[in-house]
Amino acid sequence: MFPPIPNPTAQSAAAKFGEADLLRRSASTVTPPAKRQTEVAKLIDVSKCIGCKACQTACLEWNELHEDIGVNVGVYDNPHDLTPNSWTLMRFTEYENPRSGNLEWLIRKDGCMHCEDPGCLKACPAPGAIVQYSNGIVDFIHENCIGCGYCVKGCPFNIPRISQVDHKAYKCTLCSDRVAVGQGPACQKACPTQAIVFGSKDDMKQWADKRIADLKSRGFDKAGLYDPPGVGGTHVMYVLHHADEPHLYAGLPDTPRISPVVEAWKGVGKYAGMAVIALTAAAGVVHHILQGANRVSETDEENADRLAGGKS
Amino acid sequence: MSDQTQGGAHEHIRVPRYSGSARINHWIVAISFVLLLLSGLSLFHPSLFWLSGLFGGGATVRWLHPWIGVVLVIGFIGLFVRFFWQNLPEITDFVWLARIRHVLRANDENYLPELGKYNAGQKFVFWSQTILVGTLFVTGVGLWEAGLGYFETTLGFKASIEQKRWAAVIHASAAVLAIAIWIIHVYAAIWVRGTISAMTRGFVTGGWGWRHHRKWLRKEVGRGHIERSRVTAAE
Repeated sequence: MFPPIPNPTAQSAAAKFGEADLLRRSASTVTPPAKRQTEVAKLIDVSKCIGCKACQTACLEWNELHEDIGVNVGVYDNPHDLTPNSWTLMRFTEYENPRSGNLEWLIRKDGCMHCEDPGCLKACPAPGAIVQYSNGIVDFIHENCIGCGYCVKGCPFNIPRISQVDHKAYKCTLCSDRVAVGQGPACQKACPTQAIVFGSKDDMKQWADKRIADLKSRGFDKAGLYDPPGVGGTHVMYVLHHADEPHLYAGLPDTPRISPVVEAWKGVGKYAGMAVIALTAAAGVVHHILQGANRVSETDEENADRLAGGKS
Repeated sequence: MSDQTQGGAHEHIRVPRYSGSARINHWIVAISFVLLLLSGLSLFHPSLFWLSGLFGGGATVRWLHPWIGVVLVIGFIGLFVRFFWQNLPEITDFVWLARIRHVLRANDENYLPELGKYNAGQKFVFWSQTILVGTLFVTGVGLWEAGLGYFETTLGFKASIEQKRWAAVIHASAAVLAIAIWIIHVYAAIWVRGTISAMTRGFVTGGWGWRHHRKWLRKEVGRGHIERSRVTAAE
């Protein structure tokens, strides 16, 4: 058993991180702090999940969210997708393993992965609407959010959702408010089987190694850790029994990365666009300086008058 | 410039070029274009985000920009219908284009063919903005978080995230081109003196027509569509 995070004392504590610990800030340049905080991570052990949805309930509870009553279409996923109110979602997959002939029930808790290289933040045009703290948490600052939806395009995992009520983007915060006072995320706290554990990223990797060794001893020889390098690693990691085929788990991307289309748009495109506009304007100025105005002469006017047959 | 072209002891003819409704239509499109340019650029590059302050902040820009776009598209359709026929390509357009270096010199127009209402440059602006406005509208709908649902329900089509990524890149690229062509359009109107009155007061001087659009002037004169103006030197 992973040692549980002790309950907080009744005394109020100062936040462990804040504005001074920003690694990145959307549409702004920040000087990263000299000393980076210990990177945190949430480890989701898919093999231990029993699909109880306590994590979903805890998330709604802690974050004071209310999901609309949905419709049963014959699957366990409830709601059917992430929404502006459901920041985490159990996705159920029935997988017939061709090697063992077993039916495996793969249950993956979906939500923000808290990428080390966050595509949402890269795409965001609103200064300070998305921030990354030096402990690895990527958070949306709603008073700066303009609801443009660019984060949805930037995200390699299809996580952010735009509320049609207040037109702002929502996703898992990794319970940054709880982590700031030394607690783990609400979903982790609620998990009855320790399928979700939380701690420093190093500790989580070590714990994952033990779990992977255990899974391998049980015949899951492809068991492994999902910490995709394409986005610089993530601060939400999975232990997968089939780490060679992440897509089995309700379409978890095999090799996630920020889309090259988004990279082009937010990288060279920004500068090229400004250059094209500036060069066109400059060409006009230079042309006018070199050529002067193109004026209609008195002769032109007289020719026109003559054409019109009038006396000029 | 009117004092130079119409001044002196003479009174010259002037030729109506745009009706009142065409001018109103043009300026609706022009004003919405400038508003779209300012609001769009504020979301294009972080160094221009301050432009959103002109509209009351980023969130306002976000909901307002698509609606201004709708106004522009409706207005542009009006301009398209009005000017479509006179912007069809002609043989003389290719002659004009082949002699573009004479066009770009200020007093070198004797080498150019006589032109109808629009030259090839104006036609280029017309057709490229037609294509770009269409592109901006389609991609813009794809990026419209608040309005896309309506279009998806109406058209029975669900845009994927990958399609929306492309929509964002194409929207930005088309906008940059549209702005560059708009700069050319505005510059040409300023450089060729006597042009702007066509869109403000609705007429140009006969000399302007003779110099830049002689075939058009001949047609207007033939139709008797000219004003023996009472223009005085003071105007």
